Amino acid sequence: MTMPFYVAPEQVMKDRAEYAQKGIARGRSLVACVFADGILVVAENPSRSLHKVSEIYDRIAFAGVGKYNEFDQLRVAGVRHADTKGFAFSREDVDARSLANLYAQFLGQVFTHEMKPLEVEILVAELGVDGKPDQLYHIAYEGTITDEDRFAVLGGETETISDRVAEAYQADWPLDAALRGAVAALAGPDRTLEPADLEVALLSRANGRRAFRRLGNEELAELLSGTRKAPRAPRGGGAGSTTTPDSDGGPLRSE
Amino acid sequence: MGLPLFPPGDDPGPDFAALIRHSDHYRPRPVVDGNGAMPAVAHGTTVVALRFAEGVVMAGDRRATEGNIIAHRAMEKVFPADRHSAVAIAGAAGPAVEMVKLFQTQLEHYEKVEGVALSLEGKANQLGQMVREHLPMAMQGLVVVPLFCGFDLRLGGGRIFTYDVTGGHFEEADFAATGSGGRDARNTIKLGWRGDLGRAESIELAVRALYEAADEDSATGGPDLVRGIFPVVATVTSQGYDRLADAEVAQSFTALVQRRSLGGGDS
Repeated sequence: MTMPFYVAPEQVMKDRAEYAQKGIARGRSLVACVFADGILVVAENPSRSLHKVSEIYDRIAFAGVGKYNEFDQLRVAGVRHADTKGFAFSREDVDARSLANLYAQFLGQVFTHEMKPLEVEILVAELGVDGKPDQLYHIAYEGTITDEDRFAVLGGETETISDRVAEAYQADWPLDAALRGAVAALAGPDRTLEPADLEVALLSRANGRRAFRRLGNEELAELLSGTRKAPRAPRGGGAGSTTTPDSDGGPLRSE
Repeated sequence: MGLPLFPPGDDPGPDFAALIRHSDHYRPRPVVDGNGAMPAVAHGTTVVALRFAEGVVMAGDRRATEGNIIAHRAMEKVFPADRHSAVAIAGAAGPAVEMVKLFQTQLEHYEKVEGVALSLEGKANQLGQMVREHLPMAMQGLVVVPLFCGFDLRLGGGRIFTYDVTGGHFEEADFAATGSGGRDARNTIKLGWRGDLGRAESIELAVRALYEAADEDSATGGPDLVRGIFPVVATVTSQGYDRLADAEVAQSFTALVQRRSLGGGDS
């Protein structure tokens, strides 16, 4: 009969953490920041259909980096949680904090109890209502949760990117400035990122009930080059805004 | 309430109705004993929809009745289903409003999980399945008959679907009406409908249809000038669902009432 080798718990945790970090660092990074009108999320992602940033609920967005199938499963679970909660109680009872805690619990559970940790880092962003501040919950692969109210960086070389965002960050900056700042921080001094390399979405107070909106290539190019100033989206009367998306044909727009 | 994760074989996919059957929030509906008399419940009445050049107009009166009693004077029966479609309900008010809520969540849930919205045909079919599941309740007197319309982004025009209690759904060419005053409303639209109606004319026609229905059917509410309650009128075009402001509907009714009191019977 063979006895399993004893491995110190410290070593097990260290190995798992290293494994997860390596997996996450292989992918490209993502920056989320608060701007004058809401929250902007910029991801380096050449794919137009496999999204890193998505809508969870009226004022909540999700972003993930690392292994796509793993964070997409978490995204769908988040949509299910939010829709079930909003259906059983009321739309205003759905909040990002409780969802972020569920994610943290799940990631922590998998990290300590399963063979393989999830190679993901996720962000739950919530647009503040009634004077409450916008909130960014950053959840790491092992379930550590941190809340930010200015910006968050997910992915590989987060430290250098964080430093660059921190340097550029201004309170209440307009959309175009925030976008240029985030893209420059992602690219670093030696590269330039084209609209086709980016996936950009925002939670905006100008969008009516469903605050989530993707920015299409055309709009992105105009904002980056400065030919379009931060749009002052006209507000339609009543609960639903009647503004149309400038591009992207956005099925993810609110009614 | 933990994170709703499912093993691959048991995954409900983008179907919200299937998801809540898995969850604690779903309670099977109690079946009412067929011999016991159903207590009086509020019933909503007349709703109409008609096509025009840019899309569809949908309108519904505001009255709910319990037998011969007016249960509510300001009930809403026309709702946005999602950005490019609308649903109106006639029948037992409680289950009807719940069905609309489930339908709205179902469409949004699908769109978020899949990343694309359902086709208009797909939405109409989904609503049909919900009406079919409601059949046991309908057999006990709680009939729900919705009316569904929307702007079909693929075909580039408005479309209207009617339903029966079994969930069967049928596409109507130009206009439809349902509820207790539906027949009078439909006849009014039939006489006034043309293929080239503009937005203002079609709103006027929808308003007139509800007025005629209220004139003939006691369960349909007319414009309530005393309390300032007017029917809900909405349009669905390529720009999406848009509910008219009360002031615009009020204006339309005031003009209609004025014409009526001066000129007698002509429309």
